[in-house]
Amino acid sequence: MRRPHRFLARRANAALLLLTILLLLFGLSLVDGWWHSRSPIQSADTVLVRELGLTDLSLFTEARYTRHPSQADRFSAFQDHPAALDHFPSGALLPPPPALSAPSP
Amino acid sequence: MRASLERQRYLLDYTLAALSRRKARNLGLLLAYTLLVFLFSAVLLLSQGLRREAALLLQDAPEVVVQQLMAGRHALLPAAWLDSLRQIRGVGSVKGRLWGYYYDPVIKANYTVMVAPDRSLAADQLIIGAGLARARRLGVADYFSLRAADGRALPFKISGVLDTHSELLSADLILLSEAGFRALFDFPPDHYTDAALTVRNPREAATIAGKIALALPGSRPILRAELLRTYDAVFSWREGMLFVTLGALLLAFMILAWDKTAGLSAEEKREIGILKAIGWETSDILAMKLWEGMLLSLTAFLAGYLLAWWQVFHDGARWFAPVLKGWAVLYPDFRLTPAVDLQQLLVLLGITVLPYIVATLIPIWRAAIADPDAAMRG
Amino acid sequence: MIELREVSKIFNQGQPNECRALCGVSLDLARGGITAFKGPSGSGKTTLLALVGCLARPTSGRILLDGRLLSNLPERFLTEVRRHTFGFVFQQFNLIRGLTVLENVMLPAYPLGWPYRELVNAASILLDRFGLAAKASSRVEWLSGGEAQRTALARALINDPAVLIADEPTANLDSALSREVLTLLGELAGQGRTVLVSSHDPLVFDAAQVDRVVELHDGRIVRDAGRAREPS
Repeated sequence: MRRPHRFLARRANAALLLLTILLLLFGLSLVDGWWHSRSPIQSADTVLVRELGLTDLSLFTEARYTRHPSQADRFSAFQDHPAALDHFPSGALLPPPPALSAPSP
Repeated sequence: MRASLERQRYLLDYTLAALSRRKARNLGLLLAYTLLVFLFSAVLLLSQGLRREAALLLQDAPEVVVQQLMAGRHALLPAAWLDSLRQIRGVGSVKGRLWGYYYDPVIKANYTVMVAPDRSLAADQLIIGAGLARARRLGVADYFSLRAADGRALPFKISGVLDTHSELLSADLILLSEAGFRALFDFPPDHYTDAALTVRNPREAATIAGKIALALPGSRPILRAELLRTYDAVFSWREGMLFVTLGALLLAFMILAWDKTAGLSAEEKREIGILKAIGWETSDILAMKLWEGMLLSLTAFLAGYLLAWWQVFHDGARWFAPVLKGWAVLYPDFRLTPAVDLQQLLVLLGITVLPYIVATLIPIWRAAIADPDAAMRG
Repeated sequence: MIELREVSKIFNQGQPNECRALCGVSLDLARGGITAFKGPSGSGKTTLLALVGCLARPTSGRILLDGRLLSNLPERFLTEVRRHTFGFVFQQFNLIRGLTVLENVMLPAYPLGWPYRELVNAASILLDRFGLAAKASSRVEWLSGGEAQRTALARALINDPAVLIADEPTANLDSALSREVLTLLGELAGQGRTVLVSSHDPLVFDAAQVDRVVELHDGRIVRDAGRAREPS
C-alpha cells in the first residue's frame, strides 16, 4: 500500500520541530545571558571611568542635562518641573534624577 | 502514555489543518503578534541592559562629587574649597576636575571636553572619543580646530582616539591637558568645574555629604549612590512615551485577537458540533483549541523574544538607535552585555501569551459544552 | 439491542416557540439489518436518530442500549458510548472543510491516540473499499456528491461502530448513486452491523436491502412493518 504521508509531511511534526528549534534557541539565549553574567567585565570602560572619574553614559548628547543627568544643575530644563516631558525626545526616556524631585534639604 | 502523547499530536494536526485554511489571515496575525512581542521585549531588554551596564560601569565613579551652586546654578568651584574639603574628617583624596561642553556648529553636536591629568598631553594635543572621530572623520595625527572663548580658532593635534569598546561612556569626549583646557575656555586659573572625592569608609558617604553641606553651605554634594539611582530610573518600566505607544499597540492587538477568537464564527461552532457528533469529547475540543492558542502565542513569543535578543545584544540595538538618539548628532556604537532576568521574562509572558490563550479558550468553552445534535440539524 | 420507552423530545420547552418533535415513542431495535424511518420532513425522524445516537437527551422517557440506561449517563460516558457504538452519516455530510479526504476519515479516531501508521492504514483500507484511494489527499471541498457521501460513510466506520446511523443518505444524490449507497449499506448490514436510516425517499424504504420500515408522523409512530426474511 502507498504511504501518503512522510514523517515531516505530517503537519504536527513540522510544527513540533519548529517549536523545538525555537525552544533550543531560547535555551541558548539563557545560556548566553548566564555565561556573560559570570564573566565580570574588565574592559576599556571601567579603566576610563576610574581614570577620569566619569559619572554618566554618553547616550544622549543633545543637552547638558541629558548628557550628564546626575550632574545637571537645578536650572536645567526638566528640573523646573521634574515630572514634565522634555523638549528633547530623550527627555521622555530619561527621568530627572531622584535627588531633584525630592524636597531640597 | 503513548496514546495520550499521540492524541496531542493528532489534535495538533487538526489545529494546523484548521489554521491553514485561512493561511494569510493567520500568518498575518502571527506576524503582528511576533512584532508586538519583539517591540516589548526589545524595549525591556534594552532598558534592562543599559541599566545594568550603567550600574556596572559607574561602580567605579567618584564616591562624592561636590559642585558649587550660585543663585541655584552650577558655578565654578574655587581652588580654596579643595583644601576645606580635605579638612573634613573621613574624606580621602580630593581632586579638582576640569570639564565642560563644546558646541561644534559644523556638525551641530555637543562634545564633552575634559582634562585628563594622567595622560601627560601637551597643550596642543587632544584625545577624542570614537563617536566624535567617526562623526568628524578624524584620526590620529589629524588637526582639529576649536573656537576659543576669545573667538580665535585654536588648532589641536589629535594624539589618540579612545577605544571603541568604551563608546557608551566616551563617544563625545575630548580629552586635553589642563593648560589646553584653560586656554580654550579662558577658564579662571584658581577655579575648577567641580571636585571628586574619595571617602575612607564608603558606608559613611552620606554622613560625609551632610558634613560637606554644613561646612560649605553653597555646595551640592552628589553621592555615587544617587548617581546609580539615577541610572536605575533611566528607562524604568513605566517611564517614557515608548511605553505609552506600546501600550496602545498592545491594546490594539488585544482587540484584534479578541475579535478573531471571541467572535466564534457560525462555521467554527458548526465544526465543533460535528467533532462532538463524531466522538470528540469536550476536553478534546478544548485541548485542540489550547494547542491553537499555544502554537500561535508561543511561536510568536519565542520568535519575537529571540529577535529582540539578537537585535539588542548582538546587533547593537541598531533598529532602536533612532529612538534613543533623539535629536543628538553623536550616538555611541555600543554592545550591551547579554543578561537574563526571570522576572522580566515572566512579565513578558504575562502580558503577551496569557491574555491570548485566555481570549481563545473562554468562547470555545461555551461552544464546546453545547449539545452535539446541532450537527444533525445542519 | 436498543430500546426506547415512552421517549419524548420537546425543543424550547416553556417558550412560545415550543416544538414537540417526539411524543411518547416506544420502540425495540434488534441487532443487525437495515431499519428505515420514513416520514415527511418534521415528522421527527432526525430527532429520533439523534436521541438513539446519544447526540441529544430525551426530554422524558428512557433509552436503553443492551439493557443499559443511557438517558441519565453523564456527558463524558455518553461521548464514550457514542464514539464506540455509533457511526454517523449526516444529511449534509458534514465533512470538515480544508482537510483532506484521508484526514476527514481519520478524524473520529484522533482522540483515541492510535499509532499514526495504524490509523492511516485503517483509513486507507476504508478508502480503498469505497473506491476513494485516488482522492485520499485531495481536499473535501473538491469532491462530488457521491464521493463526499462515501467519504462520510468511511468516516462513520473508522472506529468500527456496531450501529451506523444515516440521516437522509440519498437526499443529495441521483437515483443511480442512491442505489449504490443502498448497496453499500446492505453490505454493511450483511457484516452484522445495525444500520438505521431516515428517509422520505421511496427508493430507500422500497429497497430490497431494507428489513424494517418505521413510519413516523408528527412525532408518533404510525406504522411499523418488519419485512419477513429467510433466516440465514
